[in-house]
Amino acid sequence: MYVAVKGGEAAIAATHDLVAQARRGNPNVPEIGVKQIREQMKLATARVMNEGSLYDEDLAALALKQSQGDAVEAAFLMRAYRTTLPRFGSSQPLDTGAMAIRRRISAAFKDLPGGQVLGPTYDYTHRLFDFALAAEGGAPVQAAEAQEGLDQHMPRVPDILGGEGLMEEEIAPEGDPAPNDVTRDPAEFPADRDTRLQMLARGDEGFLLGLAYSVQRGFGGNHPFAGEIRMGEVAVGFCPEELGFEIEIGDITLTECQMINQFTGSAEVPPQFTRGYGLAFGQSERKAMSMAIVDRALKSSEFGEGATYPAQQEEFVLYHCDTIEASGFVEHLKLPHYVDFQGELELIRKIRREQEERRAQSQIEREGADA
Amino acid sequence: MDDCRIGSPQEGRAFWMGVLAHASLKEMRAALALTQIEWPTVEVVKPAEVGTLMLEGRAGGGGRRFNAGEATMTRCIVRVGETLGFSYALGRDKDKAVMAATLDCLLQDADQQSYLMKAIISPLAMIQSRKREAESRRAAATKVEFFTMVRGD
Repeated sequence: MYVAVKGGEAAIAATHDLVAQARRGNPNVPEIGVKQIREQMKLATARVMNEGSLYDEDLAALALKQSQGDAVEAAFLMRAYRTTLPRFGSSQPLDTGAMAIRRRISAAFKDLPGGQVLGPTYDYTHRLFDFALAAEGGAPVQAAEAQEGLDQHMPRVPDILGGEGLMEEEIAPEGDPAPNDVTRDPAEFPADRDTRLQMLARGDEGFLLGLAYSVQRGFGGNHPFAGEIRMGEVAVGFCPEELGFEIEIGDITLTECQMINQFTGSAEVPPQFTRGYGLAFGQSERKAMSMAIVDRALKSSEFGEGATYPAQQEEFVLYHCDTIEASGFVEHLKLPHYVDFQGELELIRKIRREQEERRAQSQIEREGADA
Repeated sequence: MDDCRIGSPQEGRAFWMGVLAHASLKEMRAALALTQIEWPTVEVVKPAEVGTLMLEGRAGGGGRRFNAGEATMTRCIVRVGETLGFSYALGRDKDKAVMAATLDCLLQDADQQSYLMKAIISPLAMIQSRKREAESRRAAATKVEFFTMVRGD
């Protein structure tokens, strides 16, 4: 049990100043700007938006500046800010099929309608330092432009294979119900798919990556293929009550991953491919892939595969994947637990005292009997 | 704009509201500066307010709806004369919200509509489609054909 403490105001005020000074570093080095972070640290701001569960690139950049680049602390700032805002409603479901694509690959199908588009990826870089970047002030690189843009129609890969009936179907349940929202109604187990996907989308990239890795190494029995990964801009549609018709209110960058897995079939279902789904804000491929693998692992009970491995155990995965909850509970151990610890100390002393008394008592009894 | 569906009032309005939402305040001001519009007296009905919108996705892209996370957005309602103008856009720019809502008022005025469409909405829509087109062409330059090596030859 945690018992509150008071006092320490002066020390706390001093530490606020000290952290501000530490954050600034050497004052002879120019201060980093929020716009610079937003434009040049896009993969970092994407992670903050995902785990903070709030899309706002400027705020994510500010959060990173304020937290000295600590992604978890930055996500915490996003979550805290979110709670101060009113909710205006829900968007129309995002249509990733209509994405303005900047990257789209399939590791399963070579010849895709619309083609394979590498986009801005580190996949084929050599992971050698580019010391020219340390020099700064270089002329901006102008990337090549093709004569023609990409095809307007870029079908999602599982939809292509779905036509043959070889792919597990992903269709909306009857009535297309509104999804549960774990920020308002805490998850109940067994969780439905909507709850699971929301929690995974908010989940810690590192935790989900580790779980996905465990699945691939045999702690989950799936062999996933990256059916498709696509990244680009998607328009957000909203139907305000006052208007009564849908309008676009801007674009967001999304990364979507469709994992394809083998399934040998069961008494009811013939052999087919099964699917895992990942969706993340910004360019966040590792997160989207990990989410998709874990989503599929959590379908294990649906396919009668049992829940033998950690990645298949829903309560374990979903209760422990949240960055903010996990860091909050682990890091609260730093706060004063004096009363708590004093109680434990008293208890141990009491137990030892009693033990010694009993030992002394039995010795007296033994010596008395010997005499 | 060829694809401006002005024939159907609601679609026309959805179109210009979408273009204004996608534009930045700076772009709107730049477009306005080139016109001779007399900026009207604006009565603020609902001041620009920042809130969130829950973004929904679909499992597998087309399946069950789920909440993917929220986004910040700003909304605003103003009145010019008898007409109400609305603005809804992602982000937290309150000045942009007031300006977009005011333009929504003016655009509903039949006398001004075609001029404003030509002078403001079309140029903004053009900037947006050019930007998308350039992104798409840069992506197309990274289109790849992998060849599978045949083993055992």
